[in-house]
Amino acid sequence: MKYKDYYRILGVDRGADEDAIKTAYRKLARKYHPDVSKEKDAEARFKDVAEAWATLKDAEKRKAYDQLGRYAEGEEIRPPPDWGQQFGAGRPGAGGAGAFEDIDLSDLFAAFGGGRPRGGRAAGNAPRPGGDYEAAVQISFDQAFKGAELELDFGVVEYDEEGTPHRVSHPVKIRIPRGVTDGQTLRVPGKGGKGVRGGRDGDLFLTISVRPHPVFRADGQDLYVDLPLAPWEAVLGTSVQLPTPAGAVMLKVPPGTRAGQQMRLTGRGVARDGGKAGNLYAIVQIVVPTTATDRERELYKQLAEFSTFNPRAQLEQEAARAH
Amino acid sequence: MPTETAEALDDGRALTLAELAELSGLPESVVRELVDYGAFTPAEVQGATWTFSSHCVVIARRAHHLRDDFDLDSHAVAVLLGFVERIERLEAELRNLRAQVPGFR
Repeated sequence: MKYKDYYRILGVDRGADEDAIKTAYRKLARKYHPDVSKEKDAEARFKDVAEAWATLKDAEKRKAYDQLGRYAEGEEIRPPPDWGQQFGAGRPGAGGAGAFEDIDLSDLFAAFGGGRPRGGRAAGNAPRPGGDYEAAVQISFDQAFKGAELELDFGVVEYDEEGTPHRVSHPVKIRIPRGVTDGQTLRVPGKGGKGVRGGRDGDLFLTISVRPHPVFRADGQDLYVDLPLAPWEAVLGTSVQLPTPAGAVMLKVPPGTRAGQQMRLTGRGVARDGGKAGNLYAIVQIVVPTTATDRERELYKQLAEFSTFNPRAQLEQEAARAH
Repeated sequence: MPTETAEALDDGRALTLAELAELSGLPESVVRELVDYGAFTPAEVQGATWTFSSHCVVIARRAHHLRDDFDLDSHAVAVLLGFVERIERLEAELRNLRAQVPGFR
């Protein structure tokens, strides 16, 4: 079990009073809580802060934590033999050799004084539901588009007959339905902690993040793709091959197509089972050659001399009206 | 190992108050308070029976975290949820605009 310096995490002295600890926690929770923070690594930072707070806010847990002694951050520790009994810590100290090797400090204090997390042993004979598990999962754009099967393994804490916490593997194979979008939450019923005495099993909640695609930009179920056109293609119209997530299609570009114009391909966005598919929008960009051959320059000059088109006509009108 | 199917929480499925409370981990009384304070709205009200859309699970679970982690009462949670929702709406607008910017990554 690795040591974590809860005082350092909260940025307080070891002698800090309850109010100082609470203030420090609130300040850091405000900064790192994943629901209100956009800080990098907010979730991991908040986990540490919440863990420190859960222990130091409770006078008995804090005393027990202090009794563990002072170590370097991450140093391997083992509580003294009488430590658990001394503090009535749900007998976590009663385990034999190796009893603390597979758990974190947070697991130890979660078990402390009967304060097991949901999913632990129930008090009395009442049924107790299993705890919900939450996890963040990152998938590729293709996995989100087509659906995917993922194998996840959560390390969860379970208690043996002696009440000693152990971290055990909790592998789950999950079918992610097609059409999930970035930030969406999915529920896997019954795959959280085990219920006790007939209590229902907890659920697994997955928050999905979708890695950006190099070609398609997603906005929910709608997708956007850039469509570069040469000036003459935009003026004369053309047919071009356009990539879509389901494979390339031929797109007819009408004559007189403007830069910035969006061409909608209905239903070519992200589809969901039993739901309406999003659209794919091709955004026209008029791309000009950065270098031109002599012949090309000659043709452009001829066009410039011949054409009556004024691309700034609207701007000139608006500017005149503004004066 | 059997394959479990993950279900989206915006699939239009209707939930009772008791189901919403169970899935969010909030007591029913707190869910009622959050409805009273406008944190979310039942999709259907028939007398004393409320029905919620499954998306409310996401909001109610967030309410649960905020309530516990910041030690807030239901009114404060409702206010905070309003701000979070506003931020999410603005982020969605930003995402939509960015998606339309050629070459934006």
